[in-house]
Amino acid sequence: MNRPFQRFLDEQREPVFRFLVASVGREAADDCFQETFLAALKAWPKLRAGSNERAWVMTIAHRKAMDHHRARARRPVPVEEVPEVAVHDAPLADDETWARVRALPPKMKAAVLLRYAGDLTHAEVAVALSCSEEAARRSAHEGLKRLRAQMSPT
Amino acid sequence: MTDSTNDSTPALPAVDAAALDAATRRFLDAARPDVAYAVLDSPVGELVAAVTPTGLVRLAYEDFHGGVDPILEDLSRRLSPRVLEDPRRLDAVRRELDEYFNNTRTDFDLPIDWSLYSDFGRRVLQATAAIPFGHTASYGDVAARAGNPKASRAAGRALGANAIPIVVPCHRVIGTSGKLTGYTGGMHRKEALLRLEGIAF
Repeated sequence: MNRPFQRFLDEQREPVFRFLVASVGREAADDCFQETFLAALKAWPKLRAGSNERAWVMTIAHRKAMDHHRARARRPVPVEEVPEVAVHDAPLADDETWARVRALPPKMKAAVLLRYAGDLTHAEVAVALSCSEEAARRSAHEGLKRLRAQMSPT
Repeated sequence: MTDSTNDSTPALPAVDAAALDAATRRFLDAARPDVAYAVLDSPVGELVAAVTPTGLVRLAYEDFHGGVDPILEDLSRRLSPRVLEDPRRLDAVRRELDEYFNNTRTDFDLPIDWSLYSDFGRRVLQATAAIPFGHTASYGDVAARAGNPKASRAAGRALGANAIPIVVPCHRVIGTSGKLTGYTGGMHRKEALLRLEGIAF
């Protein structure tokens, strides 16, 4: 890759930040963002020209988010609480919605986050998760189904 | 997902622009780019200035090279694609240029990265860097100081490849007859710099 890294940063910083805030929450997003772009800067010259830069950086961001979750799991802090009562007559606040997403099982969570916060296509999600496009699509679909079941009025 | 319309897909979460800028700032503070650049204002137009860990490597007239992007792409190819915009790393460059244009500085103390040139070309530019403020030299002079008095044509080519005009003062090199010949950035800029230094031409 011989494109200036700055141009890549200009294009990808917003989707990466959006993905990380949804994925690890606002507090931890800063650290993960820094680590994601430091890793990208280091690897940048070796990235092949014509690569899918969005999918590439989201793969890194996803890995940093997982590292964060693993580190957190080792520490004795309570798991993030999921709101128990959904507000039905008004749109859910972003934070609440994404807190619910974070509580999904790992594969569904990753697929939903990459697809809807990272704005990747299912094919790109598949690359980031090293699975088939069909599996990525299915995980995102299952995840959404669960969220809707939790959130629709009964 | 945010209401009862079950077949909707989640909207992209909103991004807090200030939080994004703060996160970007934190990344830049920790990053070690191979090339850091900034766009600087000057009386001779906008300049794209770039430094490496070694020193100043590029000072380009923005409008003479078709804008910032072609200048960055060129640096990316010739030096490294690890290029980041980080004006704070250009503070010393900005300060010395401001002083030069305010006529309070005659010599630049900035470290220079000479890695873009080899052999004769580098010696020509280093000889040029030694021409004092307010003085001129001919192409033959700098060729001689670079070790080959007969190579004034090659010296001209080397000066044409000067990536750090103003600081490496190729504007002080003029034809033996006193003719200004060419300049990277256009003749009007060569004239403006000579006038600033009180050189009659």
